[in-house]
Amino acid sequence: MNIVVLVKQVPDSGADRNLRNDDNTVDRGSANNVINEMDEYAIEEALKIKEAHGGEVTILTMGPDRATESIRKALSMGPDKAVHVLDDALHGSCAVATSKVLAAALGQLGADLVICGAESTDGRVQVLPHMLAERLGVAALTGARKLTVDGATLTVERQTEEGYEVVTASTPAVVSVWDTINEPRYPSFKGIMAAKKKPVQTLSLADLGVAAAEVGFDGATSAVVEHTKRPPRSGGAKITDEGEGGVKLVEFLATEKFV
Amino acid sequence: MSEVLVVVEATKEFGVKKVTLEMLTLARELGTPSAVVLGGAGAAEALSGKLGEYGAEKIYAAEGDEIDGYLVAPKATVLAELVKRVQPAAVLLASAQEGKEIAARLAVKLDNGILTDVVGLDADGTATQIAFAGSTIVKSKVTKGLPLVTVRPNSVTPTPAAATPAIEQLTVTVTDTDKLARVVERVAEQKGSRPELTEAGVVVSGGRGVGNADNFKLVEELADLLGGAVGASRAAVDSGFYPHQFQVGQTGKTVSPQLYVALGISGAIQHRAGMQTSKTIVAVNKDGEAPIFELADFGVVGDLFKIVPQAAEEIRKRK
Repeated sequence: MNIVVLVKQVPDSGADRNLRNDDNTVDRGSANNVINEMDEYAIEEALKIKEAHGGEVTILTMGPDRATESIRKALSMGPDKAVHVLDDALHGSCAVATSKVLAAALGQLGADLVICGAESTDGRVQVLPHMLAERLGVAALTGARKLTVDGATLTVERQTEEGYEVVTASTPAVVSVWDTINEPRYPSFKGIMAAKKKPVQTLSLADLGVAAAEVGFDGATSAVVEHTKRPPRSGGAKITDEGEGGVKLVEFLATEKFV
Repeated sequence: MSEVLVVVEATKEFGVKKVTLEMLTLARELGTPSAVVLGGAGAAEALSGKLGEYGAEKIYAAEGDEIDGYLVAPKATVLAELVKRVQPAAVLLASAQEGKEIAARLAVKLDNGILTDVVGLDADGTATQIAFAGSTIVKSKVTKGLPLVTVRPNSVTPTPAAATPAIEQLTVTVTDTDKLARVVERVAEQKGSRPELTEAGVVVSGGRGVGNADNFKLVEELADLLGGAVGASRAAVDSGFYPHQFQVGQTGKTVSPQLYVALGISGAIQHRAGMQTSKTIVAVNKDGEAPIFELADFGVVGDLFKIVPQAAEEIRKRK
């Protein structure tokens, strides 16, 4: 099975994150940039399928130059090769345009199965898997907590508000996964060394046949008008329990009219 | 005034969800709300009373297995046809898994911008979003097409505005491509009478400090006394104390209740990301240096196994 895993480089969600003041995009320059955490689960799932059924795992990333670090990191977990969509004109692209570019790349790669994280920690928009499926005319099995591959049949269990649902489709398909699906492996030393030699192909917009005017700020379908930092919360009263902590807590709740 | 389409979020058990009433309330600022019910046979009829109560002037319904037996693609196709026909001023969906997925497909079908996790919407279509774990307020606009937004639960207070909507059944013409992802089974899991986590006015969450799955009864008891939902930190979920669908945080649910009670939760950024826009935060933790106290409006440093039962008893006394 030919599997493509989408990997996005994001600013570390454990640190302070900001939008830039000049063009309202995510500030990646000052941030510690890492692989979107959920994508590591997607890579793990792809590797497990390859180990059980054979095939090839390709990492696909759209992002600036520095995304190369995340591509090498992803490859160190075990995938075979990577494709990096890299073009200055992509800066400022909205989700709709991003899906156009990635769909074009996926069209060239001819994947049987596309796996991605259910959401990224920066945008948390969660729309990309269905946008890609819509453009490619393939099934989208999203939010998987369990994925079973039986020949060309994919079966996914996904969490819903009421419980869960079991959804099935044939390949080709897009599957998005939550962090409940597996436990991602750590790259081995051998894996890290091998990743340095794995092929990384760079594709430009011209290579993909997408016009620069359709992406970036020119092609954006939405725009940030302004952004401000919320004032950080300041802690209020803090007491140490000396036997009456529960009562004092309820007294506070009562003054706030919750009791 | 132009119509504003509100895609109804509902459950079999509880009917119309609160976020739908919030969307109907927001829609009235932009035009005349029309509710869109996409679901199983008879869904619209069952929901029409409540939808009318909150100002839906009209209900469009697409119902049956052709709609409900597959993941969102058929719903997006029906909605896209409806949007082309009625040319609404805006389309509102819930910022939950299905709402976002339908909106995603609609955006591609119409080559239209999309804004998710919206907490406020001005009459001119400018949306307010909360980004980066609640640290940043963003104002944004769709610049291509109509305002297509998904609204985060607990963003506005639903206000009634009586209307008596007629139901218009839509002709369903879904394609084979729409039917590629077939729902084989839907399994309802026991949830009891507690409100849904993202919509609850009060959320009581437990963390690693709760110690084990059995002790989560304490968290549940306090939640029930306060009429709230139960949440859990990632540490508690990863330790197997509580199921994943109740996880609050960066890789779980984002909640914004009136009251958030954190029990035995240290307040790692992973957790804060999902709860720091809560109106009032109360924390109980044995470590006085825990970062959760930096957010808490009221904090108690001490043993939650002593403090929580005492608090529960005190609430009972006051009832």
